[in-house]
Amino acid sequence: MPVFWLVLIVGAMALIGYGLGRARALKSAGGDSRVLHSLPSFYGANVALSALVPALGLVLVWLIAQPLVINASISGDIPQSAIPESSTLSLVMSDVRRVADGLDLAVSQGVLSADAAKTLSADGTIRDTLGAVGVALGSDVTPEILSAAQTYRTMNAAGSWMLTALVLALAFGGFVFAMSRTKAEFRARNVVESGIRVLLVAAASIAILTTLGIVLSLIFNTIEFFKLYPASEFFTSLTWAPSFGGGSELGILPLLWGTLYISIIALLVAVPIGLFAAIYLSEYASPAVRGVAKPLIEILAGIPTIVYGLFALLTVGPLLLQVFGDEGLGWMQAGTAVMTAGLVMGVMLIPFVSSLSDDIINAVPQAMRDGSYGLGATKSETIRQVILPAALPGIVGAILLAASRAIGETMIVVLGAGAAARLSMNPFDAMTTVTAKIVSQLTGDADFASPEALVAFALGMTLFVITLGLNIFALYIVRKYREQYE
Amino acid sequence: MYDAPNREMKVDQKTTKISARGVQVYYGDTHAIKDVDVDIEDRTVTAFIGPSGCGKSTFLRCLNRMNDTIDVCRVKGEIKLDGEDIYDKRVDPVQLRAKVGMVFQKPNPFPKSIYDNVAYGPRIHGLARDKADLDEIVERALRRGAIWNEVKDRLDAPGTGLSGGQQQRLCIARAVATEPEVLLMDEPCSALDPIATAQVEELIDELRESYSVVIVTHSMQQAARVSQKTAFFHLGNLVEFGETGQIFTNPQDSRTESYITGRIG
Repeated sequence: MPVFWLVLIVGAMALIGYGLGRARALKSAGGDSRVLHSLPSFYGANVALSALVPALGLVLVWLIAQPLVINASISGDIPQSAIPESSTLSLVMSDVRRVADGLDLAVSQGVLSADAAKTLSADGTIRDTLGAVGVALGSDVTPEILSAAQTYRTMNAAGSWMLTALVLALAFGGFVFAMSRTKAEFRARNVVESGIRVLLVAAASIAILTTLGIVLSLIFNTIEFFKLYPASEFFTSLTWAPSFGGGSELGILPLLWGTLYISIIALLVAVPIGLFAAIYLSEYASPAVRGVAKPLIEILAGIPTIVYGLFALLTVGPLLLQVFGDEGLGWMQAGTAVMTAGLVMGVMLIPFVSSLSDDIINAVPQAMRDGSYGLGATKSETIRQVILPAALPGIVGAILLAASRAIGETMIVVLGAGAAARLSMNPFDAMTTVTAKIVSQLTGDADFASPEALVAFALGMTLFVITLGLNIFALYIVRKYREQYE
Repeated sequence: MYDAPNREMKVDQKTTKISARGVQVYYGDTHAIKDVDVDIEDRTVTAFIGPSGCGKSTFLRCLNRMNDTIDVCRVKGEIKLDGEDIYDKRVDPVQLRAKVGMVFQKPNPFPKSIYDNVAYGPRIHGLARDKADLDEIVERALRRGAIWNEVKDRLDAPGTGLSGGQQQRLCIARAVATEPEVLLMDEPCSALDPIATAQVEELIDELRESYSVVIVTHSMQQAARVSQKTAFFHLGNLVEFGETGQIFTNPQDSRTESYITGRIG
C-alpha cells in the first residue's frame, strides 16, 4: 500500500479515536465532566496521539532504513566478477535499481504482466522493453544484474507489505490500549503533556541531527579529498587551476583572499550605514518615521540575493566601469570586479546590521539615558559615551553575524565578481570566492571520485569552520559583556 | 565653608533659589500638575510628599526640564532659577541640567568604571584643565558622596559591580561632580535597604551645606528626618507647603492631616 494512503488511514484512525475517547471518558463519568480528572478533550487527544505518533514514527524510521538494508544485502550478493573494469560497486548498484524501477514501471503501465516481469531472462530484449517505458539503460543487462534487480524487487515488495501490516497493527494497538485506559480517574492531562514534550524533544533533535549529518558528510568527503590531494598543497598553494583531465592545482588561498576582500568591502559599506541608520531610527526618529522607515529598510533583507546579483551585473558594474574603466581612470577592465560585488553585498547587509543594532540600542535601559541627560549631556554625547558603549557588545555581535553572512554569500559573487581566481590588491580586478568555486566545481557532470569535485567539500568545510568560528566568537562577545547594564 | 557660622540661622534668612508660579503640566490629555506655586530655598532640603500618582515626581522633573525628553509632555507657567525663567527660549536645557543635577529612583550607574562614571559630567562640560585636576574633582565628588573610602582602591572597577546603596551614592557623587546649584532626588532610597537608606539620608543632610536639595519621597519619616521644608501634593495640586515641623505636627489642611495620619494614601 502506498505510504500516502497508509498515513491517511492512520490519520483517520486518530480523528475517530479523538471523538471516541472523548465520548468514552464523558460516559465513564456519567456525563458530568467535573468528575473527570482532566478536561474531556485530553482523553480524546490521548487516544489520537497513541494511535498516531508510534505508527508515524515507525513509517519514518522504516522509510529511511529499508533502502539501506536492501542495498546492503544485495550489494553483498553481487559477485566481484559482475563488476566491470573501470566501474565501481555503487555504479553497478545504481544499474540494479534502475532495472528494478524500470520493471516496476513496465508492470504498472501494462507493457509487461507481473508474471512475465518475474520470469524475464537476461537477453537483449530487456533494454528495449525498458526503453519503451522511458527508462534508458547504458548497457545491456547482464544475468547478475537482472537477478539482483529481481531480488531487489521482491525485497522491496515484501518490505512494503510488512510496513503496511506493522503500521496498521501499531496504530490499532495504540488506539485500543488508550481506549482501555480511558476512565474518569485516568490522568489523561499529564499523559498528553508528557507526550507533547516527547514531540518537542523530537523536533529539536531532528534539527540538531541534521546539522550533525551535514557536518559529518562534509568531514568524510573532505577526508576523501585529502587522500587524493595533499592538504599542504591545498592550504598553501597560490594557484587555483582545476582541470578535469588531471594535474589540477587546487590552492585555496586565492579563493580565500577573494572572499575576504569582498567581505571587507561589503562590511565597510554596511557597518557605518547600518549603524548610523540604527542610531537615527532608535534615538532620533519620531515614532511615525520609525514606523515607516524600519520596515522599508527591512525590505532590503527580503530581496533574493539573485536579484542583488542582477543589480550588480547590470547596473553597478557598468556604472563603475564608466568611472574607473578605460574611458575613465583606467583601473577597471570589466564590470565584474571585487568592488562591484562588495558594494552590492554591502547594501544587502545594511538591514542585518541596522535591524540588530536597532534592537540592541533599544534594549539599553531608559535609566542610562535619563542619567546622562540629568548630568547635562546632549543627545549625541549621550549616544556616543553611554548608549553605544553599553550596546557595543551586541553591535559587535551583529557585525560578526553580518560578516559570516558576507563570507557565505554566493549569488552576488557569481554574477558580480567574475570567475577568475587571482591574488591581487586592486579592488577593480575580477576575483572569485570560495562559494562561487564550490558552485562551479559541482555543476555539470561532476565525477564524485575526482579531486576536482571533492575539493568542493574541502572548500565548504573551510568556510564552515570560518563562519562557525565567527559565530562562536560573536556569541562569546555578546554573552561576556551582556550583564553589564542589567 | 565660608558660610558655616550662618548655619545656625533659621530658614527664613535664606534666599529663594527656585520659584515656580502657576505651573501646569499635561501628559497628552491628562492634566498632571494643576497650578502649582512653590518657592525652593537655597541650602535647604525640601521634601515633596504625597500619594502615588499625585504629580510630585512630574513636578520635580519640571525643575531641570527632564520632561522635555518626553514627547507628549507640555509644561505651562513660570519656573525661575535665580530669577531667570528656565523655560525661556534662550535657555539651553542641557546647560540647565548641569546646574540642576538629578538623582534617580533606581541607581543607574553607567556601564563604565567608577572613575569614568564620576568624571562623565566634568568631561562633558570641560570642568577639568588636566588629568590631575580631573582626579581631584573625582576624589572630591566621591568624598562628598560619602563613598570615597569604599572605592578609592578600585576606581577602575565597573560601577555596576557595587552594591545597591553604593551605586546610589556613586550616582549622587556623579551628580555633584558637575558642581550643580540644585540637586533633585527622585525617591533616592526606594530601592535601598534600611542601612543604605540611613547612609544616603546622612549624606543628604551634609549636602545641604552646599546645595539646595529637593527630594521626592514616599516615606513620611524620611521627609521628617531630612527636610526643613515639606510640600504635600495631592491629585496634581500643591495642598500645603511649609516648615517640615509645622506640616507634620500642625497641618493646616484636612487632606494633609489625613495623609500623614494614614487615612488617605
